[in-house]
Amino acid sequence: MNFETIIGLEVHVELKTESKMFSPAPAHFGAEPNTNTNVIDLGYPGVLPVVNKRAVDWAMKAALALNCEINRHTKFDRKNYFYPDNPKAYQISQFDEPIGEHGWVEIEVHGKKKRIGITRLHMEEDAGKLTHTGNGHSLVDFNRQGTPLIEIVSEPDIRTADEAYAYLEKIKAIIQYTGVSDVRMEEGSLRCDANISLRPYGQEEFGTKTELKNLNSFNFVRKGIEHEEIRQEQVLLSGGIIQQETRRYDESTGKTVLMRIKEGSDDYRYFPEPDLVDIIIDDAWLERVRAEIPELPDARKARYVSELGLSPYDAMVLTLAKPISDFFEATVAAGADAKLASNWLMGEVSAYLNAEQKELSDTKLEPAGLAGMIKLISDGTISSKIAKKVFKELIEKGGDANNIVKAKGLVQISDEGTLREYVTASLDNNPQSIEDFKNGKDRAIGFLVGQIMKQTKGQANPPLLNKILLEEIAKR
Amino acid sequence: MAKMTKEEVIEVAHLARLAITDEEAVHFADQLEAITNAMELLNELDTENVEPTTHVLEMVNVLREDKSVPGLDRELVLKNVKEHEAGQVKVPTILE
Amino acid sequence: MTFADKTAAQMQELIHTEQTTIAEVTKQAFDRIEALDPKVDAFLAMNKEQATQQAEEMDKVPFAERGPLFGLPIGVKDNIVTEGLETTASSRILEGFNPIYNATVVEKLKAAGMITVGKLNMDEFAMGSSNENSYYKKTKNPWNLETVPGGSSGGSAAAVAAGEVPFTLGSDTGGSIRQPASFCGVVGMKPTYGRVSRFGLIAFASSLDQIGPVTRTVKDNALLLEAISGHDERDSTSADIEVPNFAEALTGDIQGLRIGVPKEYFAEGVGEAAKQAVRDALQVLEEKGATWEEISLPHSKYALATYYLLASSEASSNLSRFDGIRYGYRTQKAGSLLEFYMNTRSEGFGDEVKRRIMLGTYALSSGYYDAYYKKAQKVRTLIKQDFDKAFEEYDVIIGPTTPTPAFKIGEIIDDPLTMYANDILTIPVNLAGVPAISVPCGFENGLPLGLQIIGKYFDEETVYRVADVFEQATDFHKKTPQTWEGAAQ
Repeated sequence: MNFETIIGLEVHVELKTESKMFSPAPAHFGAEPNTNTNVIDLGYPGVLPVVNKRAVDWAMKAALALNCEINRHTKFDRKNYFYPDNPKAYQISQFDEPIGEHGWVEIEVHGKKKRIGITRLHMEEDAGKLTHTGNGHSLVDFNRQGTPLIEIVSEPDIRTADEAYAYLEKIKAIIQYTGVSDVRMEEGSLRCDANISLRPYGQEEFGTKTELKNLNSFNFVRKGIEHEEIRQEQVLLSGGIIQQETRRYDESTGKTVLMRIKEGSDDYRYFPEPDLVDIIIDDAWLERVRAEIPELPDARKARYVSELGLSPYDAMVLTLAKPISDFFEATVAAGADAKLASNWLMGEVSAYLNAEQKELSDTKLEPAGLAGMIKLISDGTISSKIAKKVFKELIEKGGDANNIVKAKGLVQISDEGTLREYVTASLDNNPQSIEDFKNGKDRAIGFLVGQIMKQTKGQANPPLLNKILLEEIAKR
Repeated sequence: MAKMTKEEVIEVAHLARLAITDEEAVHFADQLEAITNAMELLNELDTENVEPTTHVLEMVNVLREDKSVPGLDRELVLKNVKEHEAGQVKVPTILE
Repeated sequence: MTFADKTAAQMQELIHTEQTTIAEVTKQAFDRIEALDPKVDAFLAMNKEQATQQAEEMDKVPFAERGPLFGLPIGVKDNIVTEGLETTASSRILEGFNPIYNATVVEKLKAAGMITVGKLNMDEFAMGSSNENSYYKKTKNPWNLETVPGGSSGGSAAAVAAGEVPFTLGSDTGGSIRQPASFCGVVGMKPTYGRVSRFGLIAFASSLDQIGPVTRTVKDNALLLEAISGHDERDSTSADIEVPNFAEALTGDIQGLRIGVPKEYFAEGVGEAAKQAVRDALQVLEEKGATWEEISLPHSKYALATYYLLASSEASSNLSRFDGIRYGYRTQKAGSLLEFYMNTRSEGFGDEVKRRIMLGTYALSSGYYDAYYKKAQKVRTLIKQDFDKAFEEYDVIIGPTTPTPAFKIGEIIDDPLTMYANDILTIPVNLAGVPAISVPCGFENGLPLGLQIIGKYFDEETVYRVADVFEQATDFHKKTPQTWEGAAQ
């Protein structure tokens, strides 16, 4: 029997406000334990929440960017459950009137476009952080308690791990463009849980789903889903049934592990938060927030294709992360050829960042520097090979490409006379290579080019060198 | 409403994180049943077209500017904490 | 000279004419508490050392810089958070809790120059009508030490009735200021919901709770309410509305006042003495130029059920934070986290609190939410509409505060429904959110009875004016209980 996989994702995004969702304590990542809290976060007796206006603005902004309808009447509710990282034993969240509903994003997998629905986007507060010591107790740090969160719940429209990956990339990109969050999975400002179920092809109703947690990178989301698909398939094929349970992805084994079996649905006893009043969003408020939304990745992508002549694929990759896309635009604005700028950013720059595990902003590379270097390539001052040296200098130390080229004497040798001298000398010293070439071994040319490049420290203009070499060899 | 069973009372007590003995459960079952029976009175009223009231005052959009003030000194945070370690609050371990 | 029978104005007169000092007034308050409280049991934590020191400092402040309450002693109900002064809400689960912040009202008392002498006993987490639900002690009614002072603000009412302090703060969720004020023969005001900040009031039922003053006279009550009222940015439900000078509203003129008297407040279960006392009071007010008519608040009989569903539901959530992790009582008997929670909470909470947490948890649980919680919220709308409609034609609504005077300690503690019935006349007011006062209006078997005057939203001024006219025309407020004489003079 063949099964279809049904996937729904729940994405939590921390908003990077200055203060918390319901208290004026600082909402910053990375402080000493229990130093960014106050009596409200700690759930002391008698304390009351007050809503952070910017958090509402930003939740609305994210909802609009994700094509949600905004509920003009929205409110907060209490979600009741006991856990040591949840000091009030209720989380202030939104139940039946979330700020956004009925949104969607478009993804592209293997060249096929698909729209994934977003059921809802709601505001809530983050919990504290628990550390398990392994010797009979756990420790709680309440710094994160109360940090504003939005939860984005997808429709069960996702069918493959690749689609899930593409959906997450798209959500991350859109949120990043709106500027409301850092969306850094490694810092926990973007988190993802996956609901997965299988059903035989052709069957209408959904199978029993499991919830997958501890997915700490997009790759783990993909791997976790892939593993869970196989596990469920094996259970079903061997005549078993899927239990409604929460499973954890184990990074070391690449498998999913049972955390707990859900007994019925958890009874969170939601009810309207009596300590907060309702929020009514009028046209003026909505339009003000809408006007603050910058150009989003899809629009940029379309523009790169139509105005800058990039391929759709390049435009898509370039617009995935806002810092890269912004950098690209600045580089082009500084006079660089768009295609070359795109190639460099997706090639060398991206490879460097991956190898060094850095963000673009952690390096010394500036759009003007990159543009300067690309101009030198375009006008033949330096070769692509030399450019790699210049690039290394630019990304590690910064500065102006022109100055680097001059200071290091990296200007390309494009003078025919000079090159011809190198070629003549080289041919004189390597009669065997001439012989080989005439016997049909094309490799001999490569050897000779290599020799000359070595002698010129790579500065010989490659096409010109090739041309002269062929001319001279023909004379012998 | 249906008569409250001892089991139902124990389930509710679990949700509320209250440990109760069987004896207490029976006692609570009787009392809660008497109370909930009294609550049945409300079913006399047709409230089909009545809006629920959460707030008696018609206030909306009470919002705070996004300004932060420094967090409490950790000493104060831990002042009433009975057990702590390395600046963090100690709790029995969570067994998954 | 005793200060116990003096009003704020009289005490300020004595202080300003240098017949006494703030230090002396403060000392006498502590002396009286030390003499009387072993019998009355109104106080929990005391603030003697700091109060004494504060009093000496305050005596140095020039008279011109002092307001009407400056330097006067006050007791604060123990569910109001006081920095550095143990705050327990009379629960074991908060035993030893030493707050690191003040409730907004406590800051306001400070700003008015009042001296907090100590914390007042109450029913645990304000759940109860007799003060028998305190983990620490049972407060007695100063009029008869075998009877209850009412609740939950029993300590607040008893302390004023015994003359231990002239001012106290209480809190009122379903009658918790007015019922004990009625039982103890003092003046107790529940302001309009949103008039006084709830920040630092340990929540019982957030949508119903209000802090209010308890005093011997209406004027003192008005002075204290003015001092604690006002918008608070830390409480989203606090109304951004101007605070009137309540004492100035006491003009003595109620000519043309229209009074509605709900027939439902004279129904079965309301004692004949309580009814008669109200009829007599209406006659007094008529003589002063008011008119009254019988009206109907048709949904009154549903108020009790509505209240218990809503208040218990909110309480079940509000009281979940008491888990022994960050403050308060922590069990010593726990291996797992689940046992830790269950044992801490079971050992820390008393029976009535557990009962209401259970009821509320049940009412909110899936499958019952619509039938109970949402239904109750809808009936709340109907009850509120009853008042809205009545106030289109009447300036105030008047009835008894409680069906009967104080009952004996232990008499009905095991019968929750009878206990709850104590509040049938006060609960509708909280559900609607309107202000109401209880003033002494008579006696039955030597125990006080209270007159309840209910006003429009944010119209405490009219409520006070009517209460003051009644007080001036009668002398119930001048009577003192037996314990009064037992104090060291």
